[in-house]
Amino acid sequence: MATTEQPFVGTPRKVTAHLTQNEKLSFEISSPGKKAYKLPPLDVPEVDPAQLLGKAAREDTGTLPELSEIEIIRHFTRLSTWNYAIDLGMYPLGSCTMKYNPRVNEFVSRLEGIAEAHPYQPESLSQGSLQIVKLLQDCLIEITGMDTITLQPAAGAHGEFTGILLARAWHKSKGNARRNILIPDSAHGTNPATAAVCGYQVVNIKSNSQGGIDVAALEQIVNEDTAALMLTNPSTIGVFENQIHKIADILHAKGALLYMDGANMNALCGKTRPGDFGVDVMHLNLHKTFSTPHGGGGPGSGPVACKKILEPFLPIPVVEEGSDGQLRWNYDRPESVGRVRAFYGNFGMFVRALAYTLANGPDGLRQTTEDAVLNANYIRKKLEDVYDLPYTTPSMHEVVFSDRRQVKNGIKTGDLAKRLIDYGFHPYTTSFPLIVPGALMIEPTESESREELDLFVDAMRQIAREADENPELILSAPHSTRVSRLDETTAARKPVLRWKPQPE
Amino acid sequence: MRYLPKSPAERTEMLREIGASSIDDLFSTIPEEYRLKRDLNIPRQMGESEIIDHFKNAAAHNAVGYASFIGAGVYRHYRPVIIDSLVQRGEFLTSYTPYQAEITQGTLQAIFEFQTMICELTGMDIANASMYDGSTGAAEAAMMAVRITGRDGIVVARTVHPEYREVMETYAQHQEHSANEVGYGADGRIDLATLEQALTDKSAAVLVQSPNFFGVVEDIPAIAEIAHKKGALLIVSIAEAISLGIVRPPAEADIVSLEAQSFGVAPSYGGPFCGVLAAKEKYLRQMPGRLVGETKDKDGRRGFVLTLSTREQHIRREKATSNICTNQALVALMATIYMTVYGKQGIKDLAVQNLAKAQYAAKTLSENGKLLFANAPRFHEFVLQTSETAEQLNARLLENKIIGGLSLKKWYPELGNATLWCATELTTKEQIDQAAAVLTEASVATTA
Repeated sequence: MATTEQPFVGTPRKVTAHLTQNEKLSFEISSPGKKAYKLPPLDVPEVDPAQLLGKAAREDTGTLPELSEIEIIRHFTRLSTWNYAIDLGMYPLGSCTMKYNPRVNEFVSRLEGIAEAHPYQPESLSQGSLQIVKLLQDCLIEITGMDTITLQPAAGAHGEFTGILLARAWHKSKGNARRNILIPDSAHGTNPATAAVCGYQVVNIKSNSQGGIDVAALEQIVNEDTAALMLTNPSTIGVFENQIHKIADILHAKGALLYMDGANMNALCGKTRPGDFGVDVMHLNLHKTFSTPHGGGGPGSGPVACKKILEPFLPIPVVEEGSDGQLRWNYDRPESVGRVRAFYGNFGMFVRALAYTLANGPDGLRQTTEDAVLNANYIRKKLEDVYDLPYTTPSMHEVVFSDRRQVKNGIKTGDLAKRLIDYGFHPYTTSFPLIVPGALMIEPTESESREELDLFVDAMRQIAREADENPELILSAPHSTRVSRLDETTAARKPVLRWKPQPE
Repeated sequence: MRYLPKSPAERTEMLREIGASSIDDLFSTIPEEYRLKRDLNIPRQMGESEIIDHFKNAAAHNAVGYASFIGAGVYRHYRPVIIDSLVQRGEFLTSYTPYQAEITQGTLQAIFEFQTMICELTGMDIANASMYDGSTGAAEAAMMAVRITGRDGIVVARTVHPEYREVMETYAQHQEHSANEVGYGADGRIDLATLEQALTDKSAAVLVQSPNFFGVVEDIPAIAEIAHKKGALLIVSIAEAISLGIVRPPAEADIVSLEAQSFGVAPSYGGPFCGVLAAKEKYLRQMPGRLVGETKDKDGRRGFVLTLSTREQHIRREKATSNICTNQALVALMATIYMTVYGKQGIKDLAVQNLAKAQYAAKTLSENGKLLFANAPRFHEFVLQTSETAEQLNARLLENKIIGGLSLKKWYPELGNATLWCATELTTKEQIDQAAAVLTEASVATTA
């Protein structure tokens, strides 16, 4: 019989443990002579590679696995069951916008004329692809309120790179590329890394007590050396910069530009437009706001939208409509920053993002934004009595708590996150933004039903109680996974980055 | 909206619990003058069948039912059905970057297998979890060489894919390193004497592509010797991964930048593809991008984690090796499954078929033109010089539902009427013979 001394152990309501299959590395289950392929007979004369290639001929193709088709299906299916996924449940990673990835997007991206399109087939036989590019561009320009766009960047950080190159080229055209990029201390790590890659010095600016830009301090810092401010809006604590136009005015008065990191665009679509509140250049993450799948870490796509003044500098090529109504690529752009990627970007992601936009329409996008903000505020309301809320400014699409109340028992945000796994949820974003010590950054997105949110709230509340009454349980979590916490220190100290055959 | 899992009553109830009187209360921090008070001017909400019709209509305005001889960095190979079955599993498709290792071991183990297979194929010691594509991979490799050597010059072969060179130029312009180009000789390979002259003690690296843009295999050991003699690194860019089944791996290179699109990835009008960097072990700390490493959990079970992240932007911010954040995980998974399907023997058999098809195509098509760089070793692409222009030639081929070779005039005007042709295992003898027949008509017409 339970005694009152026994510490509290929560009851996960979302999950029940079940078995998962063990599976070795493909190399370890391989045996010589097994095959999963069959080539058609050769319909041209056979060749002798040694004769054609001479000393450039390869003798040994190294150790690749040799398996049959059923073994490969089982191998990767078993691996897949070791992953958490949006398709399984809520994925509250702040700043990552883990929303539903509609399956019709996958279907249309695989249509033969789309999937098999070669980037160098004649433009007359690429009008369908060009129409997709053009329509997506038009939609994104309207959604952001900007004047023009390039879809070429392959990911968000690549978009930042492109956007800062545009800013640099514009300054240079005025005679001085300038030296500094201002970056708030709440920014994503890609922002300062991007500024550095573009040859700029990073000037960090401190956030104010509300977690936003300190406008008075900004006014002091901005000068003729400032090329741009890179600003995330809503900020990484999920707060709209309500002095945004003042910020833009301060920059513009000194000839500097306002760059917006569009990571949090899911809070704005259909409700307000960056182009209307003073942004000069921004990137979008199609894999966040526009539902293209994260796929375990890519591919992404990071279009860059900008104002007319930056248009001459867009990467080549840009799509144009001829007087005959035909679409074509224009490469003759003497002021262009050049090319940031071969071909035209991650076209397959354009197809998916456009399918998402068409499935939503103006009313759907607005409702999506409203639901995303509603969900974040609901979580905030239901948890603010058990987790510390360092900034009480109104939240938009995400809410950032801190582990301040739990840390007194030695429990940090990362520990709480690991325990959340036992309750059947993917952790929230931990330890970011840096302005919040011990941050729990929670972004539910619009894709969660009230039932799922309630389960999440229940899990977080039970964990808060465990943290008070049973800290050991949390410190050793997760308890339900195939592997427990992994030794990351040894992994980094003695890196094993590939399989090697065991000596006999 | 069918993706949104809430009823109107639930929304009202949730607002009440939050203490908001309407949804607009939650947007009150947006200054009034910037709130959008109209519908976005984008197409209206469509049903699923309408969306499919929209894209089917677009697809019908692309080339469908054509035989194609275009390669030039994007290659048509057969893609085994199981790749798509597996990558469409939601556990792969809708998973995030595997930062939480306990619940992403599937993605992590697959990437570890990917890294291993890339090492085996390229002859390098280490490989990363993938880069955006071959062009940005080449640019990142150049920046990596600059960091390693502390020198700032990159010497690039003109036989590297022209768009890769353009991307490298964009990256280099603000990195305080300079790139200069070295031309090719009569055999279509980098001119070794010119290369030797172009190298100085400020040269960080030589970057070549092999097989190069003309399909010609470069003499990697000779280039490596010249580069290393001057203390420069050798970077080898490979745009056609299938070539590694039969072409000797660039083992003398210091860094290999591979585009793995050929491993089961659709052309998809140019992306998404899958770049990857591989290198000698001693350059590990300067490698950009994600890396997966093997480790153990506290009970001694094998597991995998993202590792060495102190190189990366989310830790190092402006001092990171690169600003790169994502990789191309799902595309790398396609490549991993592809390499597993073909395996040790299949990748070779496949490469030999490509070699045979291209050999036949080059021999047959050059009966009506001149095969350039005929004596150099080639993989599955070749350059044909013709009496008529590429436009004239291709117009006639298109009438016969054949997309002919790619005109090289834009990038290599010195080659005259030159076109770059590619044949893969999917190119049939019948298609080659048909193209040759159209070329014959053309040359008859020209002669007449």
